[in-house]
This record gives sequence, structure tokens and C-alpha cells, in this order.
Amino acid sequence: MLINLIEVKDLTKTYKMGDIEVHALQSINLSIQKGEFVSIMGMSGSGKTTLMNILGCLDKPTSGSYRLDNVMIEDIPKDDLADIRNQKIGFVFQSFYLLSRTSALENVELPLLYRKSLKRKERISMAEDALKTVQMSERLHHYPNQLSGGQQQRVAIARAIVNNPVILFADEPTGNLDSRTSLEIINVFQELHKKGITIIIVTHEPEIAQFTERIVTFSDGKIINDVKNHKIESAMEVLKQLSHAKKEEN
Amino acid sequence: MLLFEILTVALKSLVKNKVRTLLTMLGIIIGVGAVITMLAIGEGAKKLVEAEIATMGTNVITVSSNSNPRTAVRQESGTGNAIKLTDVESIKYQVQGVNYISPVVTTYGRLRAGSKNWRTMAYGVNSEYFFIRNYDVSDGQFFSSTQIQSGAKVMVLGKTVADYLFPDGGAVGQRITIRNVPVEIVGVLAEKGQSAVGGDLDDVVLIPYTTVLARLRGWREPQITINVSAISKDIIPIVKEEILQLLLLKNKTLTEDSFIVNSQTDLANMANNVSSTITLLLSSIAGISLIVGGIGIMNIMLVSVTERIKEIGLRMAVGAKKRDVLRQFIFEAIFLSGLGGIIGIVLGSVVAKVVGNMMNWSVVITTWSVLLSFSFSAIIGIFFGWYPARKAANLNLIDALRYE
Ligand SMILES: Nc1ncnc2c1ncn2[C@@H]1O[C@H](COP(=O)(O)OP(=O)(O)OP(=O)(O)O)[C@@H](O)[C@H]1O
Ligand SMILES: [Mg+2]
Repeated sequence: MLINLIEVKDLTKTYKMGDIEVHALQSINLSIQKGEFVSIMGMSGSGKTTLMNILGCLDKPTSGSYRLDNVMIEDIPKDDLADIRNQKIGFVFQSFYLLSRTSALENVELPLLYRKSLKRKERISMAEDALKTVQMSERLHHYPNQLSGGQQQRVAIARAIVNNPVILFADEPTGNLDSRTSLEIINVFQELHKKGITIIIVTHEPEIAQFTERIVTFSDGKIINDVKNHKIESAMEVLKQLSHAKKEEN
Repeated sequence: MLLFEILTVALKSLVKNKVRTLLTMLGIIIGVGAVITMLAIGEGAKKLVEAEIATMGTNVITVSSNSNPRTAVRQESGTGNAIKLTDVESIKYQVQGVNYISPVVTTYGRLRAGSKNWRTMAYGVNSEYFFIRNYDVSDGQFFSSTQIQSGAKVMVLGKTVADYLFPDGGAVGQRITIRNVPVEIVGVLAEKGQSAVGGDLDDVVLIPYTTVLARLRGWREPQITINVSAISKDIIPIVKEEILQLLLLKNKTLTEDSFIVNSQTDLANMANNVSSTITLLLSSIAGISLIVGGIGIMNIMLVSVTERIKEIGLRMAVGAKKRDVLRQFIFEAIFLSGLGGIIGIVLGSVVAKVVGNMMNWSVVITTWSVLLSFSFSAIIGIFFGWYPARKAANLNLIDALRYE
């Protein structure tokens, strides 16, 4: 039997700005199983980020229920929510959000600092492992401003996976990257997925969605489509073809 | 999160933002430094006055005739001299609480030793004068009561005078002349140095008063003042009053206005009032600079927290709790104000010393000025570190992350 890692029922989110109410999410029902690789698509303003923030325990819904890994999130006090973010969730932001003047290694170490009973040595070795997973072992002591956009996003992904989360959220992780770098990042996600991590990404680009198992489409705060992707592409393969084509050009 | 980790995070963040760290500390450094300097100078002034008064002797009361022509009662002899030599004996035996008493008859004269000349004021005193003024001899001895009774031609010199007249030493036993009267030097006083206001305390010539009255009196009636040292500080007012009453009783034609009876405590009180005013003034300046420094800290802390709302949001997104964020900022503030406070204390002390050297003024750095300024800056630093951080930590996480 497959286990539902995420179970969302009748979830709504309404922003109030003076007299105007924005119904960013309207009665969302969604289940995601352990080990899935899901992409969320939709027009700008359709509520993708709003949903991701709620799923990532960064924000609270206006109404409805959300169960993550058998924990009812609505009932949880703030401090325990911080622990859940710290231990179960990895979150990758569109604009990286790395601490400036702080090395890649220290940025990745950050979540571990807020966890009790980890020695410095353990933290560093976990951070190094995470950076190795995203192929950034060569850049441990670089500062964010000494890294390319793709490299910065790799560091951000390493930070999101350093705590071995049960689920990884990524809100437009390739939104600020060129297509080749985007492919490399998607490749990183596919590799992580192979290791068994559940991943949910938001993307504008249909090509990116093609690399995921399931595509959920949003419009005006509602899910309008939820389909399995039957021909999942491999980012690795595409990258190989690209470099091949380049060689032939030369 | 363990305290140690937060400490490390706080320290790292201070090191990473050197300019901000320095600017914040600057406010504290200037505030604390100013307080230390100002109070040290004020305290120094107080000590200076106390020292000046202490050089006068112990519990000294001076009795002199009031020569102010408007109030002085003219004596039948035509002089303004209300005090007579016999008053010394009367006071000595009839006023309780008198420890030592000496007449002081002042005369001007030129000392000559070989080819060397020294113009100075000489005091005709008795042997108790040495105890009233706390004098010590470094060489020879004071003159004795027999020498006083006989009007011996002897003299005790201050070090400055002795050194000038006899640069090679050996002043004691030498014969010199004062106003062409030959006298023998029987003692040289131990060095007292400079008075706090710069007068030379060693420019002194002492002669038995009998000798002055017999041999060295000028063309007019000698002015006699009386120096008394009371047994204790507390009874000074009583002794003063009794002396005055006795003098009035002895001479019914005189009034209270004929005498000036002054004590060291009168002077000390007056001087203390003045120096307290100075200290108060300096303290207000110091207080203002502390407040200005505090506003500086507040300003920079507010700006820096605003700048760092995104950082706070991110830390909370990856699992920091509100108290973790608060602790980090409070630690940062403690480091800032602690280090700034210490630098301020060191700097303030150095400046105070330099100023003291320049003005030839001994400054006194008191423990309480250090404690006061340090705790004030610590409170300001910590409050203004904590307050904006709390505001930021209370923000909605998403709003903090999105903050521009
Ligand atoms: N803090 C907020 N206050 C008010 N309205 C908000 C707030 N955040 C989002 N909204 C509104 O909610 C709706 C959904 O926004 P959301 O950010 O989820 O869209 P999105 O699908 O992520 O869009 P994009 O693809 O452009 O990132 C939008 O209409 C937006 O204006
Ligand atoms: Mg979005």
C-alpha cells in the first residue's frame, strides 16, 4: 500500500488587503505519496507559491486541513513547526536566499545549527556530503558572490537536503537560470529522487515539467489538471545529447 | 540550538559586518570614554582642592585682624592691629580643644649667603608652628622653645631656599644674613613639592617670632596673626567661637568685625562646593554624550535589523525559533556594548591621563564612573539590540523572507 505523505483537504488561502479579498487558493484537495516527483504548473498569480509556502510550513492556510507525514499541521505551535521545517522539510527558493559573506559550507550548515545534539564535526561532514551530492565539493569555501547562479542554486539545494528531509520543495528552482543550467539542476533533482526523496517543484516551463512523474496544473487558485507523465525524460540524457550536438557543430 | 552555537553565530556575524560593528561600537566608545574622561577630570579637581587644603596643615584655624578700613576699628595707637601677642597665651590656656598655637609675624627680607641673594617673605613663629603646618626637617632641627624665649638668631629654611643658597648642600650650621642681621641655619625642611595650584611649598623661611619682633621689625607696627590647630575636625566650629568670644572679652572696644577667624573646613567646604559644581557640569556633558552615543547605537541597530529581516526570515525558514533569533541578536549586542565599553574605558582613561598631564592636573578614575558608564552603555546596547530583533522575529515568516 502506498502511503500518503501529504494530504490536503479543502485548503483555502485568502489574502485581505483593505476591502479587497484575494482568494489565492480555493478549496484545494491534493494527496502526494512518498517517493513521488511532482511538478506544479500554472499561470502567474494562480497560487502556486502560496500552496508551496503552506506545504512547506512557512505559512498557514486560512481554512482546511493539511497532514504532513501523519502530523496535522494546523494544530501545531510555532516552535514545533520550526522543528518540522528543520527536520522533515527542505525548501529551495527561486532566488536562492543564501547568506552573503558566508561560505557555501556555512550556508549549508545553517539548518543543522538549529538542531540540538549535533557536534561541529558532524555538522561539517553532513554539510560536505550534501555539497558533494550537488557536485559542489570544489567550492566549499566560496562566498555566494563568487559563485554562478547555477552554483548558488546547487548550494541552496544542498542546504535543503542537508537535514535528510522526507520531502523537498522547490519554488521555481530554475526560474533565474539559463536552459542548460536549468537542466543541470533538474538532473540534481532527478538524482535525489532516485535516492527516494519526495520532491515537489513549481515551474512555468512545460519542458521542465516533462522531467517529473506527475504534473499538477493550477488556475485561479484551483487545481484544473492532475496527470501522470508517461514519458519522463532524463535530464542526464538531454545534457549528453546537448554536448554531443555541440561537438558535432565544432 | 545550543547557546554555544548561537554565540558563534553572533560572533561570526559581527566579524562579517566589520563596518557596522565598528560604527555601533563607536557610539558606545565615545559615550563611555567621555564619561570616564569627564568624571576623572572632575574628580581630579576635587582631589586637587583637597590636597591644596591639606598642605595648609591639620585642623588649622587662622585668626587675623580685619584690616579692611571700612569695618576695622581703629586702635588708639593708629594701627589696624587688633591682635596682640598676649592673645596667644590667653587662647592657649583658656580655650579648650587647642592642640598647638603659634603667632605668625610676617616680615620681608633679603637673605644673603656669600654672593647669593634670595628675596622672600619670612615668618616669625614659635616651635609649635611646625606641628600646625605638618613640617618635617630633612636636615638639622626645628628651633627649640629656649631659642624662642631668648630670641635666638636662628632660622629654618625650606628646601628651595636652602638649595639655592647652598647648591652643594650643608646649609645647616651656616651663617647667613637677613636684612643684614646675621643668623644661623639650624634646619632644612623636608621637601613638600608644589602645591596643587603650582605654588612652591618649599620657598619658606622660618625665624623665631621673638627674633623678628626684636630685630627685624619694619617701620610700622608688625601684623600678628595666630595659627591654631584644633584637636579634632569636629570641634573646629566651637574652638572658633570660643576664640572670638575670648578676644572680644579681652578688649571691649572691639567688635566681631575686628577679627577674621577662618578654618580649613570653611575653605574646604567652599572649595568642595565649587568642585562639586564643576563635577556636575562635566557629568552633564558626559551624560549628554552617553545619550548621543545611545541614540547612535539605537539608530544603527534599527537599520541593521531592518537590513537583516531577510536573514531572520531565512534562519526561521530553516528551523530557527524566535528565541534563537532573539538570543543571537542579544549576544551580538552584548559583544558590541561589552567590547565597546571596555575600549571606551581604556580610551577614556588614556585621554583623561593625557589631559591631566597637559594641564598638570592629577586625574582620578573612580570605580563608580567606570561602573556607571559601562552599565549604562550595556543597557542601551542590549535594549536596542533586543528591541528591533524582537520586532523582526515577530514578523510573519513569509513577510520577512519577502522583505525588501
Ligand atoms: N502577501 C500577499 N498579500 C496579498 N496578496 C498576495 C500575497 N501573496 C500572494 N498574493 C496574491 O495571491 C495570488 C497568488 O499568488 P502566488 O504568489 O501564489 O502566485 P504564483 O502562482 O506563485 O505566481 P508566479 O508564477 O508569478 O510566482 C496572487 O494574486 C497574488 O497577488
Ligand atoms: Mg510564485
